[in-house]
Amino acid sequence: MGTVTVENLSLHFATGGATPVIALNNLSMTIPDKQFAVIVGPSGCGKSSLLDIIAGLRDPTTGDCRLDGKVIHGPAKERGMVFQNYSLFPWLTVLKNVEFGLSLQGKPQREITERARHYVNAVGLSSFENAYPNQLSGGMKQRVAIARSLANDPEVILMDEPFGALDSQTRVVMQQLLLGIWEKEHKTILFVTHDIDEALYLGEVVYVMSSRPGRIIDTIAVDFAHPRSYELSTEPAFVELKRRIQHNLHAEVHKALSTAA
Amino acid sequence: MAGGRSLISTLATPRREISPGLSLGISTAVTLAILLFWCLITYGGLVDTTFCPPPHQVAKAFWTTLMDGSLLRNAWSSLVVINLGFFLSSIIAIPLGIMMGSFRVVQAALEPVVNFTRYLPVTSMIPLLILWIGIGIEEKIAVIFIGTFFQQLVMFADVSAQVPNELFNAAYTLGAKKRQIVLRVLLPATLPGVIDTLRVTMGWAWTYLVVAELVASSSGLGYMSMQAMRGLHADVIFVAILVIGFLGLVTDEIFKRLKNMLLPWARSR
Ligand SMILES: Nc1ncnc2c1ncn2[C@@H]1O[C@H](COP(=O)(O)OP(=O)(O)OP(=O)(O)O)[C@@H](O)[C@H]1O
Ligand SMILES: [Mg+2]
Repeated sequence: MGTVTVENLSLHFATGGATPVIALNNLSMTIPDKQFAVIVGPSGCGKSSLLDIIAGLRDPTTGDCRLDGKVIHGPAKERGMVFQNYSLFPWLTVLKNVEFGLSLQGKPQREITERARHYVNAVGLSSFENAYPNQLSGGMKQRVAIARSLANDPEVILMDEPFGALDSQTRVVMQQLLLGIWEKEHKTILFVTHDIDEALYLGEVVYVMSSRPGRIIDTIAVDFAHPRSYELSTEPAFVELKRRIQHNLHAEVHKALSTAA
Repeated sequence: MAGGRSLISTLATPRREISPGLSLGISTAVTLAILLFWCLITYGGLVDTTFCPPPHQVAKAFWTTLMDGSLLRNAWSSLVVINLGFFLSSIIAIPLGIMMGSFRVVQAALEPVVNFTRYLPVTSMIPLLILWIGIGIEEKIAVIFIGTFFQQLVMFADVSAQVPNELFNAAYTLGAKKRQIVLRVLLPATLPGVIDTLRVTMGWAWTYLVVAELVASSSGLGYMSMQAMRGLHADVIFVAILVIGFLGLVTDEIFKRLKNMLLPWARSR
């Protein structure tokens, strides 16, 4: 199971000044088990902060997050995370990186290796099993990070702009890869992005966040059938949704820029 | 050079690789130029050879001190002292420094003392050390230890503090517990920095060693130079300096190879 509920979540940062920075304000959302949910929002609206809180890496100021009804306290293996800057362990080979989470639990080595191999395969890197991260391209590193997270069999995978640093071609390949994996494994995924096309292509539901302090201002059900192909992005229904998000976001980005100035 | 680049443009491009042959050639040329300059000023009569002996005289002094055993005896004595002092210092400073960089409680406990001590020149403590423990090997080891330890501590702490938070976060979200974070993330992540720091501080340790041997000692390369100075044997001083330089070079190379061998993933060049 992997139902994430976020209730009246607020996050304030003390900044030394009199008024704290309010990153999140009374944010509530529910992500049902096995859903692919995407969050888009202007820069600085609190998307990373929200993921950090769900991951347990940061405590909220008020409100709480639950996984299947249990309040989240601290990080744990059932909430995996894929970071924008890969965060691979540079001293471990591709295979050992993917094994890392499993090896923490002290499973038998044979089982660990078998499972890790499976996911290294799934992301198309079997011939790089023994390479170190500094020998890989950005896209390959991110594939390792995804495999590492999947191999650990989390209930929820949190992804913070995982493809943000990739060029557009690699990005499309990675989106297809991720979607293919999700169509097979059906994990709950909470995916943060700036890219509206990416959001609509991947998500079953897209949440649009306001500028800081972040709240959900629009929730869009994206019910294109799976498996999805990339041609989707030229269909009228897709374009229509894209326009709706763009419209919402534009207003928010402007707000963000004018309050920042 | 490939793609029609001129040699000049290749050489003037920051971080651009040059061929191993060219690299070796340049190194050799510069070394030879220095030797040539030395020959020129000594054989050319530009300097008083009592104070700056010509190459052949240094070679002869090298041969004599090698044959009568004094060179090896003194070099060995220096090596024992520096390695003991350096080893003792490192073995304590590595774990302590890593903890100091990553655990606020250790930082709070040590930082004031360390930062105070670090700026005291170890040379200023030599008289006290002589009073306390005499001029034997213990005193020299103590000088090296004190001189190296506090610098190392701060540098290891820095290495430890520089480990990116993302690595810890990645490990936490994969289910790592505190102990696993330390043993399986913090420690391996600090290894390259630790070896680099050892390499740098070893160079400093040589300085402290020679100072200790110059001030009060009855063996070692520094002592050998001091004796040679009393007898106006500049050639022997040259021998001692060259041997120290050579030993430094070898040590440095050992650290470099150790890093490439043990940590292939951290290969910088
Ligand atoms: N340690 C901190 N101290 C003070 N303010 C912070 C801190 N971390 C984040 N913030 C503020 O909180 C807000 C939300 O930050 P967050 O990183 O969650 O934004 P984001 O939506 O992920 O932005 P981006 O899309 O650029 O990654 C930002 O406006 C930022 O200025
Ligand atoms: Mg962010």
